[in-house]
Amino acid sequence: MSTANETITADEWTLPSRGHVGMLCLILTECAFFAIFIVAHLFYLGKSLVGPYAADVLELPVVGTIFLLSSSITITLAIRALRQGHQAAFNALWLTTIIFGLIFLIGTGFEWYGLIYDQGLTIRTNLLGTTFYSLVGFHAAHVTIGLLMLTGVLIFSFAGLIHVGEAERVDVLSWYWHFVDAVWVVVLTVIYLIV
Amino acid sequence: MTVIDGGLVQPADSPKQSTWLWLHEWATTVDHKKLGLMYISSGLLFFVIAGLEASMMRIQLALPNNDFVGPETFNRLMTVHGTTMVFFVGMPVFFGFGNYLVPLMIGARDLAFPRLNAFGFWLFLFGGLLFYFSWLGGDGLYGMGTAPDVGWFAYSPLTAPAFAPGNSTDYWILGIMIAGFGSTGTALNFVATILCMRCPGMTFMKMPLFVWLMLVNGFLVLVALTPLTAAQVMLLFDRFLGSHFFDTQAGGDAVLWQHFFWVFGHPEVYILIIPAFAIASEITPVFSRKPIFGYEIMVAATVGIGFISLGVWAHHMFTVGLSSGVNTFFAASTMAIAVPTGIKIFNWLGTMWGGRIRFEMPMLWVTAFLFEFVIAGLTGVMLAVVPFDWQLSDSYFVVAHFHFVLIGGLLYNIFAGIYYWFPKATGKMLSKKWGHWHFWVFVFGFNLTFGTMHFQGLLGMPRRIYTFDPGRGWDMLNLITSIGVIFQVLGVLFFVWNVVSSLAWGEDADDDPWDGWTLEWSTTSPPPAYNFETIPTVRSRRPLWDLKHPEDPDWHHE
Repeated sequence: MSTANETITADEWTLPSRGHVGMLCLILTECAFFAIFIVAHLFYLGKSLVGPYAADVLELPVVGTIFLLSSSITITLAIRALRQGHQAAFNALWLTTIIFGLIFLIGTGFEWYGLIYDQGLTIRTNLLGTTFYSLVGFHAAHVTIGLLMLTGVLIFSFAGLIHVGEAERVDVLSWYWHFVDAVWVVVLTVIYLIV
Repeated sequence: MTVIDGGLVQPADSPKQSTWLWLHEWATTVDHKKLGLMYISSGLLFFVIAGLEASMMRIQLALPNNDFVGPETFNRLMTVHGTTMVFFVGMPVFFGFGNYLVPLMIGARDLAFPRLNAFGFWLFLFGGLLFYFSWLGGDGLYGMGTAPDVGWFAYSPLTAPAFAPGNSTDYWILGIMIAGFGSTGTALNFVATILCMRCPGMTFMKMPLFVWLMLVNGFLVLVALTPLTAAQVMLLFDRFLGSHFFDTQAGGDAVLWQHFFWVFGHPEVYILIIPAFAIASEITPVFSRKPIFGYEIMVAATVGIGFISLGVWAHHMFTVGLSSGVNTFFAASTMAIAVPTGIKIFNWLGTMWGGRIRFEMPMLWVTAFLFEFVIAGLTGVMLAVVPFDWQLSDSYFVVAHFHFVLIGGLLYNIFAGIYYWFPKATGKMLSKKWGHWHFWVFVFGFNLTFGTMHFQGLLGMPRRIYTFDPGRGWDMLNLITSIGVIFQVLGVLFFVWNVVSSLAWGEDADDDPWDGWTLEWSTTSPPPAYNFETIPTVRSRRPLWDLKHPEDPDWHHE
């Protein structure tokens, strides 16, 4: 309180970037959203009145998880490359991130196909189906939205519109992608590891 | 006619063209001041509609066995009244105040994301319109329309397709959900603006309390609103996809909905009341001619309220039959939240104590708020006592309690804020004569209606009943309650007349009519599109005091 006597001039006054703060706010509010679905899933664990039950039909999606979590590494490397001005490396790493995300989504697709057609588990079947498809589905929806935005950046980059100056904005987007990955770790834990 | 845009006077057009331009300008604006005014005026429009719905309910309940409206219509009126007041009056009006004032108070030219801000406003407005379209839409105009009738907290399993056929419940879900997306965006905007756009020198502990409280409020909206969206998504899945979240036939749990709703619902009460505190915290010092008493404690109390408010929700559910451990926890946390709230009351009193109080209209409303809000707080602590709640839950005592919070706490401060900042936003003063008529008639009517309601509640009248038999001891009390509504309606009419007549031929306001201390009073009334010619630099919590009193600036003392 006693520092009031010093006048602060505009150039020594720095505040956080609004893009990053805005993204953190979005992440906070998304966390609250997912928390409700996670609570519902945990609350209904083992309370399904009819089968199929989680222990019998759910298999740990190892491959998809490895690819999705790796994409967090590739996106970080991509932004580092962009900051250092390596445009080609950025494009390659960014494309790799998108492909990794796509592989994860395709894995989810095959998993759902098997559950629906082979095991007969749909959102209407029982409480497991209700909470499983909602939670995994909302996560997959977030991955899809992320992939659309990542693809947008890639198109801009091919059009020559992404340079070092855009690294800050691209970094904001990467925080969303990291969040999607982090949510997956939680979803993976509550759905596949706690049964 | 000239169109003034960003301080530039453009050449005149034909009258028809200029009306069109004027409309176009407001519909496409991303300016925080215009959006703020649009938020407040649409919120007040919804306020009038919801007030009319309340009046119809009170006509129905004025006499025993009345048949002014039938039970189906009564249920719809009650549901739409509650939902409107919370989602389409309380929140948008405060978003309007925040929109208008936060950038001005922190010396910024706009919010951090102006286009997101406009998007949020239009989502709110169309969410509200969609909600009201339910009277016509859904299954069409059968009888009185098909507005939702499940109550504003839409308890499960009443909302299951079997018990809520047709689409009225879906209008409730979607209207609120769409407005909720807008609210989340606006809250994000407030937080980013306050953290990233403050003018040089405005450290956290030099922000006006209004800005501090809007920051805490922004975080609360971010944390509390999406749980409701999530629960509504579950309800939609149940209704359209056949999932079983709240379907007791398939092992689902109806009480889970109550938890999810009130996890949102109780923080929501604080989302509504914290901006009211914010307005009181600006007005009290200016009209007591003293700096706010205990600034740091006020900030701490607000943050404390924000955190504790996330852990009190099950006090809405004492009658459900939760375990006594759970009941004890939520009774204790509910009593605990009264402590920071009490601190605030004492700090406002401490600000007034020994000050040279000027009872202008804003200060009158804030003073009345202190009285009403203490009553609201006391009945709140009473209801936190579990056995007392068992007796009076879902009675008119509860209705009286939360109307003292939401009218005596929230609406009084909305009025205070409008009287205080109207000159800044419009360049016109509101009339003091009509202001006094508005104030005294409304305050009298409010206490007549809702003060009386405590007694029906204590005498066992349940809420949400559409009529009652004579001779239960409620007849006279209900008549008095309904007569109070006449005075409240009159009061609001005086207010509307005051706004209209002051806008038309009111006294011009200068830039700083109240001798204020925060940055919004340093620019013109109304402010130009760019707010400040040069971005100000501040050295204390009261930059305008420093400017007006160079011989004894605040930063010598803070």
